[in-house]
Amino acid sequence: MPAVSKGDGMRGLAVFISDIRNCKSKESEVKRINKELANIRSKFKGDKALDGYSKKKYVCKLLFIFLLGHDIDFGHMEAVNLLSSNKYTEKQIGYLFISVLVNSNSDLIRLINNAIKNDLASRNSTFMNLALHCIANVGSREMAEAFASEIPRILVAGDTMDSVKQSAALCLLRLNRTSPDLVPMGEWTARVVHLLNDQHLGVVTAATSLITTLAQKSPDDFKTSVSLAVARLSRIVTSASIDLQDYTYYFVAAPWLSVKLLRLLQCYPPPEDTSLRSRLTECLETILNKAQEPPKSKKVQHSNAKNAVLFEAIALIIHHDSEPNLLVRACNQLGQFLQHRETNLRYLALESMCTLASSEFSHEAVKTHIETVINALKTERDVSVRQRAVDLLYAMCDRSNSKQIVAEMLSYLETADYSIREEIVLKVAILAEKYAVDYTWYVDTILNLIRIAGDYVSEEVWYRVIQIVINRDDVQGYAAKTVFEALQAPACHENLVKVGGYILGEFGNLIAGDPRSSPLVQFNLLHSKFHLCSVPTRALLLSAYIKFINLFPEVKGTIQDVLRSDSQLRNADVELQQRAVEYLRLSCIASTDILATVLEEMPPFPERESSILAKLKKKKGSSKLPDMDDSRKNVNGSTEHAEDAEVASKSLPSRYSAPLLFFSVPQPPQFLLEELISTDRPHPSSSATMLPTRTMVPSHTFTDDLSVNSAPSSGASLLVDVFSDFSSAAPTEGSDEHFPRFVCKNNGIIYENQLLQIGLKSEYRQNLGRMYVFYGNKTSTQFLSFSTSVSSNNVLGPQLNVQEKPVDPLIEAGAQVQQILNIECVSDFSDAPILNIQFRYGGTLQNIAVKLPVMLNKFFQPTEMTSQDFFQRWKQLGAPQQEVQKIFKAKNQMDTDVSKAKLLGFGVALLDGVDPNPANFVGAGIIHTKTTQVGCLLRLEPNTQAQMYRLTLRTSKESVSQRLVELLSEQF
Amino acid sequence: MRFMLLFSRQGKLRLQKWYTATAERDKKKMVRELMQTVLARKPKMCSFLEWRDLKIVYKRYASLYFCCAIEEQDNELITLEIIHRFVELLDKYFGSVCELDIIFNFEKAYFILDEFLMGGEIQDTSKKSVLKAIEQADLLQEEDESPRSVLEEMGLA
Repeated sequence: MPAVSKGDGMRGLAVFISDIRNCKSKESEVKRINKELANIRSKFKGDKALDGYSKKKYVCKLLFIFLLGHDIDFGHMEAVNLLSSNKYTEKQIGYLFISVLVNSNSDLIRLINNAIKNDLASRNSTFMNLALHCIANVGSREMAEAFASEIPRILVAGDTMDSVKQSAALCLLRLNRTSPDLVPMGEWTARVVHLLNDQHLGVVTAATSLITTLAQKSPDDFKTSVSLAVARLSRIVTSASIDLQDYTYYFVAAPWLSVKLLRLLQCYPPPEDTSLRSRLTECLETILNKAQEPPKSKKVQHSNAKNAVLFEAIALIIHHDSEPNLLVRACNQLGQFLQHRETNLRYLALESMCTLASSEFSHEAVKTHIETVINALKTERDVSVRQRAVDLLYAMCDRSNSKQIVAEMLSYLETADYSIREEIVLKVAILAEKYAVDYTWYVDTILNLIRIAGDYVSEEVWYRVIQIVINRDDVQGYAAKTVFEALQAPACHENLVKVGGYILGEFGNLIAGDPRSSPLVQFNLLHSKFHLCSVPTRALLLSAYIKFINLFPEVKGTIQDVLRSDSQLRNADVELQQRAVEYLRLSCIASTDILATVLEEMPPFPERESSILAKLKKKKGSSKLPDMDDSRKNVNGSTEHAEDAEVASKSLPSRYSAPLLFFSVPQPPQFLLEELISTDRPHPSSSATMLPTRTMVPSHTFTDDLSVNSAPSSGASLLVDVFSDFSSAAPTEGSDEHFPRFVCKNNGIIYENQLLQIGLKSEYRQNLGRMYVFYGNKTSTQFLSFSTSVSSNNVLGPQLNVQEKPVDPLIEAGAQVQQILNIECVSDFSDAPILNIQFRYGGTLQNIAVKLPVMLNKFFQPTEMTSQDFFQRWKQLGAPQQEVQKIFKAKNQMDTDVSKAKLLGFGVALLDGVDPNPANFVGAGIIHTKTTQVGCLLRLEPNTQAQMYRLTLRTSKESVSQRLVELLSEQF
Repeated sequence: MRFMLLFSRQGKLRLQKWYTATAERDKKKMVRELMQTVLARKPKMCSFLEWRDLKIVYKRYASLYFCCAIEEQDNELITLEIIHRFVELLDKYFGSVCELDIIFNFEKAYFILDEFLMGGEIQDTSKKSVLKAIEQADLLQEEDESPRSVLEEMGLA
């Protein structure tokens, strides 16, 4: 038992502790403790009243037992009794017990509060301090309720001792943290601010902590503290170190107070008052200067205290972010620390530079340290330092250094600690996407990520790469090729199989021309991984297979055999079984056209915040992450990050809101089958009346497509003379026969002959449109020198811009290629652009011209309005030239639902309850052109007896009214 | 500061001070987790690490680890010196403090810590002021106590 220097009052306690320490096993310890607990219990319950000393001793033993980790369920009352002892040590132990073993027993709390109240009123500073400590230690809501109004009074009373003021300030701070609503603001706040001027530095220190906490909550109430804090700080940093006597710590003047004052100033913007501002700048410069002075002591305490102030000053400089000079000096200082022999300083320098990197003034200065930081990543022995280096590289990354940084992070990832791999993966994925100028680099980077750290690549990451590949047609071929190559590896990560399966399912056709990656080779490659994969991956692969059946009819048989096998059709997993059964059935009963529609390429995903970024934020806590979305301003004022976001979203006009991934939410395959069944049956209305095949229900696009194919095509006559001049190709006979069918819909087959089928898929938003044109080679021979051009006549030219993306010059037998047309409506127009197609088939040059179904109504935006509004506008558009009316005979059966669907497809909003006659239709919309917007109102009155319609259009522009009537009247 | 822990190299907790309300179960879990993390680190490693949403600042003195959990915006280096000043106070009070002093006089160690830190913030940075407060208390204590026989102390009398 060691000799204790002072106050060794309780020998019994020492004996007990000694016994416990001598226990050889956990059981003997428990035994000894139980014996002691029994002893204490009997003493407390005994008849003989215990004196204060014994109570203190037993309470202290209980405390010891509790701190060893055992439960204590008695003794609270004895401890509370000690509180009211007038012997200091008894009171002290009582308070210690209470603050360690807080009990929510309300009776006890009432007693405790009573004792505290008495001590606070005792005017004995030692007792008052004990009471204040207890309040701060417990800090419960009950305590706050009881004392929150009392403590400010003690704090600012003129006759309160300094040590009590300190305790009161910190006690109030604690209550404010736990129950801010209970701490009343009042006239005391002004007086608290003036404690910053107090003679006693201990009081100033405690008051600064309190004011900082309060100022964070209500900055306006404590604004005056700024000038006082600057004045105080200035006096400290300019003082000779001995001036402050005991507040000097290893030759550093009041380091704690300096840090706290600098922290308080970070609650406010830079002072507006110029003299105050320059005084603060002087302080900060002095602190930076001191860092360059030779140390006054070799002790680590000296340099720690000095640098603690320096780092806090840098934090303030970064917070103000207004003095380029200071920011650059701060950056240089941190740069020195990056190479310091003290690991702690290197760590802090990396951490601090992270925040500097986000300032426009110092971003470039931070970037100059890139080599040092990369070196830190490679050589630091401490994972927490390497982690900071990764953070800093992430923060300093911009377009100029992204390739280097991503490459370094990738190479670090190969050996990185498991604890930080996932985070690095997320960071690399974000940077690669953000700074990808060339998306092939992006695809390579993500595949590398999966290769190096596949286990740490979360769903968000591989979902994202697929989203991007789907949305960017320029990278699809490359992605297909790259995943195909990556899948060749004998062992590849399941995430790669997922990405590979998805991408080949969508874009495998783009590489199918090469015999080394022919459809069968692709399929065999994917299927070789199948049995090693988990159920969700297998499900994804099955979907890829059915997509293959569509893309490559030649492997249909092979895939059907796989689907038909017992391991699929009778799979124990219900999802796999269902997919196998339904895909097999789909592949057997659907025609190629239905398959093509059901399994068409995924539409672009809507742009949204990267899910990876969201995940990283969640993982790190947003405060710790330099916000990549915040526009970091360049010196020339443009915002680099905003641009990036725009580039991404501009290239993707899309009305689709597809799910994140087509099977991430398992899409019920039976949906597809239902659609299919409805196409197998003749539509009830059309079968009843034996209507011509043109009568289509727009919502049933499959029916449309079916009948398109069943209608005998006049395409055979399109085999034009080999030597005919391509450029003079005029719309050939029959090539616009499908044109009117696209007035009320956007997708379908626009052209077909024996060689070629052309399908369209289009989407429009405001005055912009995008059209996907699919060229299908129906023959068993390649099309060579395939090229296209879009031409407009002289009138249409300035009204409508059509820009075509390049198209693959080679279309394999049976394959389909895609071309994208971007469309911009400049002003209203009546003509249609012509798509000219030229290719070589079996030695003969083929020329085809097709009228592209781009009509004025495509640029409609539907407008909902009340009946009152409608009639008001209708009246406003009453001028004779604004209204165009046409009465015409119904060509098809007059069906309300069909008409409704057509009008919706036309682009207007249907307004119910506007027209007094419910049989009539009323619609409204706005035509968007680049130059103007034209509001349109429409009324269609069917007369079933006469089999006639009356269509009335009112718009602000005659030509628009005219054209819309022409287009729409042909539809009924 | 959220909490301070003192534990030995063998992973025995010697002192714990919590500055925010925390359930006993969570405390035990956090202590266990943090001790494992810190004890696993090598001597030359840096004194700071990220842990959950907190920053941990620790330093080893002889067989004892002093470990503070601070918040995001708190200053790591000054926390390191809070630890050092606390060690100085213990040293001054016990006279060349060792782990046993803290074991046998745990209540004193708590009193010293309370005089120095309150609600997780430093109360007074002057060594003199803190020691004066503690010594005053000890004087009060010595006046209180009349000597007792060893037998009586041990409950045998």
